[in-house]
Amino acid sequence: MQRIFGIISEKAKQLLSDGTCDRMIGWKRGEFFYDPTPAVFSGAGDLEDFVYDGFCGSNLSKYLIQQSAKEGKILALLKPCDTYSLNQLVKEHRVRRENVYVLGVECRGMLDIDKIRALGVKGIQSIEENGDQLTVHTLYGDKTIERSEVLLEKCRCCKSKEFATQDDLAVTGEPMPEAPADRFDMVKKLEAMTPDERFAFWRSELSKCIRCNACRNVCPACSCVKCVFDNDASGVASKANTDTFEENMFHIIRAFHVAGRCTDCGECSRVCPQHIPLHLLNRKFIKDINEFYGEYQAGADTESRGPLTDYTTDDVEPSVVMQRGGGK
Amino acid sequence: MSLETQKKEFKPLIVAFCCNWCSYAGADLAGTSRLSYPATVKVIRVPCSCRVNPLFVLRAFQRGADGVIIAGCHPGDCHYTTGNYYARRRMTLLFSMLDYLGIERERTRVEWISAAEGVKFSTTMNEFAQTIQALGENKRLEDLRCKESLE
Repeated sequence: MQRIFGIISEKAKQLLSDGTCDRMIGWKRGEFFYDPTPAVFSGAGDLEDFVYDGFCGSNLSKYLIQQSAKEGKILALLKPCDTYSLNQLVKEHRVRRENVYVLGVECRGMLDIDKIRALGVKGIQSIEENGDQLTVHTLYGDKTIERSEVLLEKCRCCKSKEFATQDDLAVTGEPMPEAPADRFDMVKKLEAMTPDERFAFWRSELSKCIRCNACRNVCPACSCVKCVFDNDASGVASKANTDTFEENMFHIIRAFHVAGRCTDCGECSRVCPQHIPLHLLNRKFIKDINEFYGEYQAGADTESRGPLTDYTTDDVEPSVVMQRGGGK
Repeated sequence: MSLETQKKEFKPLIVAFCCNWCSYAGADLAGTSRLSYPATVKVIRVPCSCRVNPLFVLRAFQRGADGVIIAGCHPGDCHYTTGNYYARRRMTLLFSMLDYLGIERERTRVEWISAAEGVKFSTTMNEFAQTIQALGENKRLEDLRCKESLE
């Protein structure tokens, strides 16, 4: 990780000092070593706080809506999966692509500090990344863990190491790890359950929701200026829920509004303070779209019509839901 | 009628979104042909089936509907040429999602009813009301915060 950080810093300095770009969006050191924060750097001399390590999971594409509206060109450090989100925003005319210089940065999969803690590692001081191995320095000595065990959910089933859009690349050329998991495995497991089991599962998950709106605010596909949920007349605004499933409407509609546009970047689950597996809602829509209307990856290009803004005359009827097997 | 019997008797509240050009006229035809359908079916006229936002469906459930049916022109016959094709995709995905969350799949339905199909309108509504009657009250999608005005 040290090597790639060096390559990125060098390229960034060069691009900022030779006038190709005016400022840069990347990550700066946060309060703790595991929470680098998205930040805009004003020039080549401003990079001392810049970091790029295994905790830079956040997707910077959404910030480009505002940043690309400003004057001058911004250098955006985007991981492969983030470039899909950018493409989708370009397609929707939300980002001015000509004001963005995309430096594709190599990613070996980002780390989830909660998963590291869940392994029973205590007193973590810092983490050293050596390829597929992590050395965790703790108060109780060093521990070695496999990188693949503690990846973020979105990286556990990484959709691509290829960049969907780029102006330049910062890569080491080292071989990349394979994505180990099928992204639909949990969706399939849920589909195979009975409706009562599914309801119990979602009730227990969604009852944790505190309606902090973090999932909505972080989502690069959720970019309306005025949101349907900011409605004082809804009858539910500023009222505590009285029952454990009452936030279902928010979650169904949040996922529905990005259906066909969600690139499966997994930010919603990553930021959820209650650890609700929100990506399972988005992935259900993606899986259904793939099954009903053909394979579609949002953000793979900037021209195609999204599945919900398109149709064919012989689409399946909504009654297909009744006929499908599994989980009677 | 005592309070006890009032509680026991369950009449399903059904919200029917009917497109102005076909299904709403179909409902009219059912009326003029003296065909009956349950009084608990509340028809809401929409310009086209694709006017029905998924939020409308959930909102109806939130405020106490027991079943929601969306009726529009037959595919290919849309007054706006293609509206119902979009509605078909949206509702397919929405219903599939509701099923995924463990909501009874029989509570939601899409039917294509033309202006000439008064009989189909009445039989569909009767049959749907029976299905919902058998399913019982919608408990999973209601929201008590929204129901005060209905009492």
